[in-house]
Amino acid sequence: MSAAIEISRVSKSFGFTRVLDDVSLAIPEGSVCVVLGPSGSGKSTLLRCVNHLESVDAGTIEVGGELIGYRRDGDRLHELSARAVARQRARIGMVFQHFNLFLHRTVIENLIEAPLLVRRESKAVAIARAQRLLAQVGLADRAAAWPRELSGGQQQRIAIARALAMEPEVMLFDEPTSALDPELVGDVLQVMKSLARSGMTMMVVTHEIGFAREVADQIVFMDQGRIIESGPPSQVLDAPRHERTSAFLSTVL
Amino acid sequence: MVPEPAAAPLKVVRKRHYGRWCSALVALAVVALMIDSMVRNPNFEWEVVARNLTSDSILAGVGMTIELTFISVVFGFAGGIVLALMRLSANPVLVAVSWTYTWLFRAVPMLVQLFLWYNIAALYPRLALSIPGLGELWSAPTNSVISPFSAAVIALVMHQAAYAAEIVRAGILGVNAGQHDAAQALGLTPFQGFRRVVLPQAMRTILPPAGNEVIGQLKTTAVVSVIALQDLLYSAQIIYQRTYEVIPLLMVATIWYMAMTTLLSIGQFMIERHYGRGAAQQSAMSWQWLARGALPRSGARR
Repeated sequence: MSAAIEISRVSKSFGFTRVLDDVSLAIPEGSVCVVLGPSGSGKSTLLRCVNHLESVDAGTIEVGGELIGYRRDGDRLHELSARAVARQRARIGMVFQHFNLFLHRTVIENLIEAPLLVRRESKAVAIARAQRLLAQVGLADRAAAWPRELSGGQQQRIAIARALAMEPEVMLFDEPTSALDPELVGDVLQVMKSLARSGMTMMVVTHEIGFAREVADQIVFMDQGRIIESGPPSQVLDAPRHERTSAFLSTVL
Repeated sequence: MVPEPAAAPLKVVRKRHYGRWCSALVALAVVALMIDSMVRNPNFEWEVVARNLTSDSILAGVGMTIELTFISVVFGFAGGIVLALMRLSANPVLVAVSWTYTWLFRAVPMLVQLFLWYNIAALYPRLALSIPGLGELWSAPTNSVISPFSAAVIALVMHQAAYAAEIVRAGILGVNAGQHDAAQALGLTPFQGFRRVVLPQAMRTILPPAGNEVIGQLKTTAVVSVIALQDLLYSAQIIYQRTYEVIPLLMVATIWYMAMTTLLSIGQFMIERHYGRGAAQQSAMSWQWLARGALPRSGARR
């Protein structure tokens, strides 16, 4: 299996703080990678580097074999134009902790905005796919609603559908359930599980250990900008080798 | 205490707001007295007001005031958007230039600016456009370019741009950074993200102070009378200097300013409603709210 996401030797600092320190990670196509770690460990930053919302200081990130954010010319990396980066991002879906639905657009308008603008699809095609996706996340009847009228769980499912409307090759999830009331988490995780079963490549930053155990093919544990442990759930969750991992797991379980 | 079994549903009797009724009556009485004094006081000379209200020179003045307001608002806000984007850009030189512009044009009083632009010939007697190697392409004496009208337009636009820049900047900063992230993550270019996602949402916070600014600008245009440009106020002044009917002609100008301000307020209300799409409940019409609160409710209405 080829790697859908290939992160190699990535480092990044904010000012004097080193948030990513020589991080390498390969996520095979069709697999689910869950990134665990305490807050401030750099896991969200790593995720945001994958679609170049943050730029790296050193190292490379490839998605589907294509270098993200740069063009290689011999031993030099040239930064790409904003337009070229935008084209790359269109292939990478992202779901945010705070949903970030467009508040001035209805649900269906949220889903068709990027397909119309970026993929230049006809409205009929975009709306047909949007309605299919809304049914898939169980919200077919809320197409005309405004984001503010929906619960957090509903908004997050709409946000997932919005990302899927671009038919991405990979999906990034940045703590998708952390801002939700506990009873709303299940619906969102359900949508993510069925997405994983459908063969989508997923990189998920979360604190949901149950989800990680059930769905992840690979779990990565980060601390202070480094990956200190990785492997299948049975190994990382049940027999952690590193004491930081077991200390973290004992606080969240 | 144990509740009685199968009790009839309890009826809520709303509190009567007698205080609201009393204060409303007092306020209405004061307003009635003021209107009465204005109507019956012969010094207002309402027949002179009526005679001049739609006279040709007053209407020409109204036209000039509208023209100045329109030009200064359109170009002022266009400049304001550019200045705001410069200020928020990653380029430190653009940031500094934008900051300095705003500082300078907010620091110099409008009236002083007007005189400065009108007398710019004292500083630069000739204006010329020349390109090194090609020589002078165009030149003219400054006084042939600067008329009262062009001086007024320059001063009003420059002044408006400085204030508009701050309003637009505040609006853009008020949009959650996550909206920008989401637009980028979906593959929108920065320009598409700004135009389709950030700006429409910024408009909601930009519009109320912008409406205020436009109405303020309408009245600020009255300062152009000092350089003898015939706007509404100056047209009224010309007439009363001849006829000594000072108060009635000031009333004429006031009535026109009030009419134009009212139209602008209605326009602002409608534009705000358009951009309020998706926002939480907008403030309802306040008189309806007052009526609902003050009037005793009938049992049938909920």
